[in-house]
Amino acid sequence: MDRIWNRGERDRAARMARARAAGLGRIVEASRIGELLAAVLVPGDRICIEGNNQKHADFLAASLAKLDPAVIHDLHVVQSNLALPAHLDLFERGIAKRLDFCYSGDQGVRMARLVKEGRIEIGAIHTYLELYSRYFVDLTPRVAFVAAHSADREGNLYTGPNTEDTPAVVEGTAFKSGIVVAQVNELVDRVPRVDVPADWVSFVVKAPKPHYIEPIFTRDPANITEIQVLMAMMVVKGIYAPYEVARLNHGIGFDTAAIELILPTYAESLGLKGRICRYMTVNPCPTLIPAIESGWVEGIHCAGSELGMEAYTAARPDVFFNGPDGSMRSNRVFCQLAGHYADLFIGSTLQVDPEGNSSTATANRIAGFGGAPNFGSDSRGRRHVSKPWLMAGREAARPGGGTMPRGRKLVVQMVETYREKMQPTFVEKLDAWKLMDEFGLDLPPVMVYGDDVTHLVTEEGIAHLHRCATVAEREQAVRGVAGYTPVGLARDRAAVEGLRDRGIVQRPADLGIDPRLATRDLLAARSIKDLVRWSGGLYDPPKRFRNW
Amino acid sequence: MEHLVFEFGPYPERPRPAAAVIVGVVGSGNLEALCESAPLGGRLRVEVSSSVHGFGNTWKAVLGDFADRVRLPDLLITINDAGATPAVVGLRLAQAAAELGAA
Repeated sequence: MDRIWNRGERDRAARMARARAAGLGRIVEASRIGELLAAVLVPGDRICIEGNNQKHADFLAASLAKLDPAVIHDLHVVQSNLALPAHLDLFERGIAKRLDFCYSGDQGVRMARLVKEGRIEIGAIHTYLELYSRYFVDLTPRVAFVAAHSADREGNLYTGPNTEDTPAVVEGTAFKSGIVVAQVNELVDRVPRVDVPADWVSFVVKAPKPHYIEPIFTRDPANITEIQVLMAMMVVKGIYAPYEVARLNHGIGFDTAAIELILPTYAESLGLKGRICRYMTVNPCPTLIPAIESGWVEGIHCAGSELGMEAYTAARPDVFFNGPDGSMRSNRVFCQLAGHYADLFIGSTLQVDPEGNSSTATANRIAGFGGAPNFGSDSRGRRHVSKPWLMAGREAARPGGGTMPRGRKLVVQMVETYREKMQPTFVEKLDAWKLMDEFGLDLPPVMVYGDDVTHLVTEEGIAHLHRCATVAEREQAVRGVAGYTPVGLARDRAAVEGLRDRGIVQRPADLGIDPRLATRDLLAARSIKDLVRWSGGLYDPPKRFRNW
Repeated sequence: MEHLVFEFGPYPERPRPAAAVIVGVVGSGNLEALCESAPLGGRLRVEVSSSVHGFGNTWKAVLGDFADRVRLPDLLITINDAGATPAVVGLRLAQAAAELGAA
């Protein structure tokens, strides 16, 4: 008997025929979305509802949540972010059953409840790169629901600056005989540029409202504290300067915003311009504007965009990756890869244990990973060299550790010893262990492993963890910068002073930092309005950030 | 309001700062510290008024490390605290020490 080699294509053709039979063409009216979903979905389908950090196919998500679970059920959801209530309504209502994802954010508590009630079966919690990779291995969506800014009558899509995950989702689906449904804000005669070609798109729906975008990367400089300024000074003088870190990835918290805002002031005074922070892989965070305008940052590739930064990025094509139409294009996969192979990652976390492992997991909440584990790990497949990579590699080499010289990525965790409400950041045991027991996970959900961390920065100083010779020494280095938390108070004072003599633990004074400079006056911009001014009026902050 | 008093030293004689030094402001999560010379038999005395109760041991540890670092005799530090974290306390004291020329 002849083997059939195109079951997927035949299946897609059958679904498309059902839609045609219902009188649906490539452009579908929003009022008929229910009919479209009924035509193209079957129980057990693997689906992705594009839900990224920022951009959401919210109309499609809400429409899917209204399906009749007697007809469509047991869907397997494979998508990066579970951010909208509708995403979980699918499980609560029995339309979807299995879930493979990366990040849940605000929905983490409700997700934990649904898992306990047996309504969600979690396949695995991934990093972004892992999940996108699995779209091309064993988790290819059968039907993908994506969001774009506009479409033409043929179905060509323009994503605008928030391209984000769309290319990965569409490619995985369209090239494995899947169906791609796009919601767009507007139908136009001609899209400004083609981000997704029409023949990869099965259906286009103009949503009743523009898709939701969350401005999650805007940090108001008004909220940056003097402690954050002090830590930023330590990072610049104690890490960026000696290693000459030119290519790096910044996290998105206030800690790294403080670093960005002291480049034109403090770093300038140290004569570091042109030697550090030249190329970044990060979203277009508004706090980068002063460093860009004063010539520090020369190039930025973005995973997504940021509300209000559209005109600014469009006006700086030498810095950002903009299309022939003039607007920026982001791409989370490429940005994650670029960051993985950069020389340094710096970010914050919620908990750090004495081994230097860190986690954002807290009890009763399944938060997931996002991108930090990939950014925040040594890239062991890297082969090209740079000064910081070679220097860190030499420092990490151990007697008896083999004869082969290697490089090493700088992975920096930047935390205050206490978070708000006097919650210690340093703990003897991560909550991740509790979460593992509670949800029957195979491993504790660790964001960045201790042996990947080269530097731990707190207001107490810098611990150069990769230079510690033994695990015991490393533990004392962690405790040595853990301040007055119980973990810090339990340090062996003599051992920590020994590490200080060897420069493995450095206090602000050891770095020659004048604590009197650690004031908000050091910030190149102290408010959102200052950022608007630096941008020459190009930055247009969302209303909630305007207080003038 | 919790009132705490700590004394450290005595420390060897050294030139006294001419003028009093004040750092910080009383505001949520912040503190004000006034440092002035006082006849304390070579000791360093810290008087804390804090809006937050129950952190006596933490104050003792933070202030003890500070005193041990600067070793300033006959210094009275008066702190009005509005819930500063140990990080903020440490920074304010470091700023005061720098002003006093003991950094």
